[in-house]
Amino acid sequence: MFDPTRQITIELAEGISFPLQLAGPMTRFLAWLIDLAVIMSMVTAVNLSLGLIGFLSADLADALKIVSFFLISTGYFIFMEWIWRGQTIGKRLLRLRVLDVDGFFLTFSQIAIRNLMRLIDMLPLFYLVGGIAMLANRRAQRLGDLAANTIVVRQRESKQPDLDQLGEFKFNSLRNYPHLEARLRQNTSPEETYLAFQALLRRNELEPAARIETFAVLAAHFRAKTEFPPDAVEGIADEQYLRNVVDVLFRPKTKKNKKC
Amino acid sequence: MIIDVAQFIQEEQSHWKRLEKLLERMENDSALRLTLDEINELHYLYQRATSDLGKLLTFASEPEVRGYLEALVARAYGEIHQNSRKKGRFSFKQWWWRSFPQTFRKHIRAFWLSLAITMVGALFGAFALLLDPEAKEVLMPFPHLQDSPSERVAREEREEQPGSAHTSTFSAQLMTHNTRVALTTLALGFTWGIGTLIVLFYNGIILGAVVLDYVRDGQSIFLAGWLLPHGTIEIPAILMGGQAGLVLAHALIGWGTRDTLRMRLRKVGPDLMTMTFGIAILLVWAGLIESFLSQKHQPEIPYSLKIGFGLLELGLLIWFLAGFSKRSE
Repeated sequence: MFDPTRQITIELAEGISFPLQLAGPMTRFLAWLIDLAVIMSMVTAVNLSLGLIGFLSADLADALKIVSFFLISTGYFIFMEWIWRGQTIGKRLLRLRVLDVDGFFLTFSQIAIRNLMRLIDMLPLFYLVGGIAMLANRRAQRLGDLAANTIVVRQRESKQPDLDQLGEFKFNSLRNYPHLEARLRQNTSPEETYLAFQALLRRNELEPAARIETFAVLAAHFRAKTEFPPDAVEGIADEQYLRNVVDVLFRPKTKKNKKC
Repeated sequence: MIIDVAQFIQEEQSHWKRLEKLLERMENDSALRLTLDEINELHYLYQRATSDLGKLLTFASEPEVRGYLEALVARAYGEIHQNSRKKGRFSFKQWWWRSFPQTFRKHIRAFWLSLAITMVGALFGAFALLLDPEAKEVLMPFPHLQDSPSERVAREEREEQPGSAHTSTFSAQLMTHNTRVALTTLALGFTWGIGTLIVLFYNGIILGAVVLDYVRDGQSIFLAGWLLPHGTIEIPAILMGGQAGLVLAHALIGWGTRDTLRMRLRKVGPDLMTMTFGIAILLVWAGLIESFLSQKHQPEIPYSLKIGFGLLELGLLIWFLAGFSKRSE
């Protein structure tokens, strides 16, 4: 079975590396189905418009239909992946992208070869050969990808966290202790930060009792991590405490200072 | 080490956004040409983002910014780094007159092998038909070839061609079908060349059986007039499809080189593409000729003219592929 977390890591000369998450056979198949629908729509549209030529010469109209079907069905993927740098309409909708296996710039010959090899990958039907090749290959490549040295990756949302989703932050008593704020930031791991942020984002999805319990556990965890003086934490509910913690971890000090 | 991640993000954010905008422009327009200043800016922003990612990896207060930066650096890396020197503006003239024939000659041994396999198939087909005339139906599974050649010649010379009202359609069918056959022959190179060899051998069998059938029936002139106008382009084009398939197979097997599979495939990739498009153009020409000329017989068009035309085409093809066009410039 295809492991949906399968990824490859590109290592840069600068000593930095970044992971690329590989797209699985089913996601790629769905993207292909979308593209197939687009191709069929295009063919239908062209055939309808060629109907006008049919009044002048039925033979010529039929010939153009055959040629346009061939060109659209063969050339659609090549054309789209070239103008959209590795994406077709189906791939764009499902956030997939064809990349060079080393993360390099995708060349036209790579795009042409991976798509011409579809003739083999689609055998005997519904891309069975290509699907089996993908399952057997650690980079999830079909035969066309192997020949062209390409991979298909899932593009991550390149959006920064939007703290405005959490609503307006009012007075934050933890801000009165900058040295403790710094310690809290230093002591907190990325996973802990993410957990607190997500808990606040999803607060409305929780049952009231579960919400109280969840925030109690999280607040206790962060209280133990960095102890603030009693006047900074007294009378603050667990959920508000967690909001203050997230505020400290995420919000630039300068921005907050302006607000205060 | 970054002490204040929030401040760091705030300071760097504008650079990341600028890089993102540049990448979006490049990704949405393959023909985009950046100015020198923009290229410098892209390089600077990429280096800055990479360095920021490095800093975040050592501290990383929250994974979303890290994920965002990783995605950004990955995109920029793909735009900046290439596995080959980026060529200048594409020139069809340059590609057709130089690149295509050069690529053909570069892999000429694969072409000879492709030709040899087809010839062996042709001999086999002819020999099989000679031994067992009843096998005609199996060796040439096409309805219009099942009659005796003399009957076909008499009928086609007497009547107007039944398909003459559909010449364009027939031409389009030939072009697309033959191109598909050539592409399949190429793609079957992925079976370590076995599939390619089988297709070439099978094509040879049909060709050999047809030739023997007509020659034996005393219809050599008709055969030459019928086959040569389109066959002198179509058959070499299919052989080139086989040639490209064998080049792919050679890269897969990797005889005589220490390069890795990935490197071998990278090297032959542009050649395969050049051959594919060159073959497609040849087959478009062959399809037009087969439909508009090959199917018209004496007395409409004299056989001598058709044979002469076919031989002229063959001569021009050899002249073109051998690179004389380049030398004469």
